[in-house]
Amino acid sequence: MTPISVTGLSVHYRDRPALLDINWSAQPGLTAIIGPNGAGKSTLLKAMLGLVPSEGETRFFGSTLEAARDRLGYLPQRQSVDWDFPATALDVVAMARRARSGWWGRLPRAEREAARHALSEVGLAELADRPIGELSGGQQQRVFLARALAQNAELLLMDEPLAAVDAATERTIIDVLKRLAKAGRSVVAVHHDLASVPQIFEHALLLNGRVIAAGPVAQVFTPATIADTYGPGLAA
Amino acid sequence: MTSFLQLDFPALLAAVLAGGTCGLLGSFLVLRREALLGDAITHAVLPGIVVGFALTGLRAGVPMLLGALVAAVLAAWLIGWLVRASRLESGAVTGIVFTSMFALGLVLLEATGARDVDLDVDCVLFGQMETLLWPEARGVSSLWDPVALAGLPPGLWLLMAVAMTVGLTVAWLWRPLRLLCFDPVYAQVVGLPVKRLEMGLNLLVAAAAVAAFEAVGSILVVALLVAPAVAMRFLTQRYAVQVWGGAALGAGVAAGGYLLAGPLPLALGSAVALNAAGVIGVLAGLCVPLAMVMSRGGRRVSGA
Amino acid sequence: MIGHNTIVVVLGCAALGIAAGAVGCFALLRGRALLADAMGHAALPGVVLAAMLGAALGWDTRSLPPLLLGGALAGLAGLWCVQRLTATGRIRQDAAIALVLASFYAAGVVGLSIAQAWPAASQAGLSRFILGQAAAMRAEDAWAAGALAALCLVTTLALFPRLAALCFDPEFAQLSGLNIRATDHALLGLVLMVCVAGLPAVGLVLVVALLVLPAATARLLTARLPSMFALSCVAGGAAGTLGALISAGHAGWPTGAAVVLTGTCLFTAAMLARRG
Repeated sequence: MTPISVTGLSVHYRDRPALLDINWSAQPGLTAIIGPNGAGKSTLLKAMLGLVPSEGETRFFGSTLEAARDRLGYLPQRQSVDWDFPATALDVVAMARRARSGWWGRLPRAEREAARHALSEVGLAELADRPIGELSGGQQQRVFLARALAQNAELLLMDEPLAAVDAATERTIIDVLKRLAKAGRSVVAVHHDLASVPQIFEHALLLNGRVIAAGPVAQVFTPATIADTYGPGLAA
Repeated sequence: MTSFLQLDFPALLAAVLAGGTCGLLGSFLVLRREALLGDAITHAVLPGIVVGFALTGLRAGVPMLLGALVAAVLAAWLIGWLVRASRLESGAVTGIVFTSMFALGLVLLEATGARDVDLDVDCVLFGQMETLLWPEARGVSSLWDPVALAGLPPGLWLLMAVAMTVGLTVAWLWRPLRLLCFDPVYAQVVGLPVKRLEMGLNLLVAAAAVAAFEAVGSILVVALLVAPAVAMRFLTQRYAVQVWGGAALGAGVAAGGYLLAGPLPLALGSAVALNAAGVIGVLAGLCVPLAMVMSRGGRRVSGA
Repeated sequence: MIGHNTIVVVLGCAALGIAAGAVGCFALLRGRALLADAMGHAALPGVVLAAMLGAALGWDTRSLPPLLLGGALAGLAGLWCVQRLTATGRIRQDAAIALVLASFYAAGVVGLSIAQAWPAASQAGLSRFILGQAAAMRAEDAWAAGALAALCLVTTLALFPRLAALCFDPEFAQLSGLNIRATDHALLGLVLMVCVAGLPAVGLVLVVALLVLPAATARLLTARLPSMFALSCVAGGAAGTLGALISAGHAGWPTGAAVVLTGTCLFTAAMLARRG
């Protein structure tokens, strides 16, 4: 079943269009959303998830966002939160289990264990009780990844998961992405590094305010479409 | 005429000077997005005023002004240091510093016995416009009679001096201040002494707060600092109109508020005189929604 | 020695401090603490109007609940004004707060000057709500304020997981199915309740400090939310208790000032402990 299908989605900031009439379907597997700065990549993720107001319709696995909420995971940009917040790595990951356990009372022990397990999957088991403010940027990014994993979702939407991370974190994240794909999960990730697209992803959406091209990487990731997306300078 | 000069003239003059000075400085606070700092400084000067008063026993004298300036510098420095040292959000730090200093001022007011003499909590909270009198006035000629003028309330002289200083400083530093409001980073790059300009503005705000203290107290002064400047933001995009217009609006609101509070109801035969500082504050606050409505109407006309 | 009335009042102030610590913890983390300054000041015209209304209807104007209800409604109106002004996109929140607190307070001052000429209304002793006067509180006042504070504390505890998720990452919380608007409104409602409960003891000028100081003190000492919450409650409770005791011993010291300075001492100690 199609993880995401978007019809006629538009976003306007004040009177300026940021995204215009996006029609796109994501296929199962790993998909990269690529495009220049200001192309609306993060905006597309947020609009699909109902985090910014938009026109048009987004369906996840054929149903509405509300109905599909439990099947979705989200990894926002690291800078979107205040890392000085008084919480441990485990606390942050455990918040992802609240959706299932409910918002009243203490989090059940089993849910906390699930969160701990997600942390070990990104190699942070021993830092579970460390305040998040004391973690490095790469470790913070991995905490966010663990939180997204702890949602146990069939479809994960990630906003620049590989931006500004150290080599070890990058390897961990790519490993996790491949493991997810092997387990039959789908990932749609905003991605900035053109060179690594073919090595990591199976599908691509080339975006610049509107859809330039979408489909399997081998077909759509060509010098011509890249030039259309970024302008002629980068098409080398 | 004589009774107007004796009873209303000093208070009206104080209101106009306080409103004009605060309205003038307010634009710089609002344009620099430091409205909260204005609130903070006007509260934080209280312990300085009380100590200055307690040391000399003089109300509205130079010692009170000096005390307030020291307190303002201390508050600005404390806020800056705490933001760096505690990593707490700056709004919270500002809240901590000014409430603590204001509380200290209130306690000092009790502890020094200042309250029993002349300076009391009511003045801090409500202003004391009604105590500004000029019994020596004998007709219009008193306005240029040095002997009669010497009988004007001393606070009024301080207010005049501060108003003059603020006006001249703003005129003198016109261009640097404009750059500071518009783009402080660029201002620093081209070599403006940004830190000193900011501190200078803070000191002027503190001086204005002290000078306006007798007229409107230390809480309502915030209305005069922020409201005219914010209202002007809706009415103009021009810097000069914003700054001097803010001063004019502040002065106008203060005069209107004073007249509405006492003289007008009295002339209409009402027995109840309203608190003048309060009416001024309400009028100032009402300027903002009014300006919003006017600017919306104006835009519709220009768009048509 | 210490009479029954004083004990009840001190207990009421302790409950108020604990509730303020609990609510302030999340208000600080959400960056909403200074809204309490607007709400506190905005309560004054409501209190004054309630007293005048009460006097006109012949009620006992010293009875606290109607006055606090008036204060709460006016505080809510002030909050609404702040949000409307900010929503224009041309007034930043700090300017809106300064604007609302000063003009509502001004309206309250005008109201006070009218009420003073009216014996029935002036009996309510309205100016005590400005700086707080625990000594003037009767036992039933302390019970009312204390009950309100206890309600705040219980609600905050019940909403703990929601508030934590909201403060850390509202977008993620929304995706996890949390109603962000409702939770935000609940937090603001709690802040308003603390402000109103704090009026008779701490006063409207300084009630914001009761929300900020204990939470900031706790934040300096720990990097974990549950311990920050507990420490904030303890610091707030200590400031409330000691402040009320101090002002009971020094007639004339406004209770608000005593409570805030006690809180300031705790904050300073935490700063020193952190650096030492």
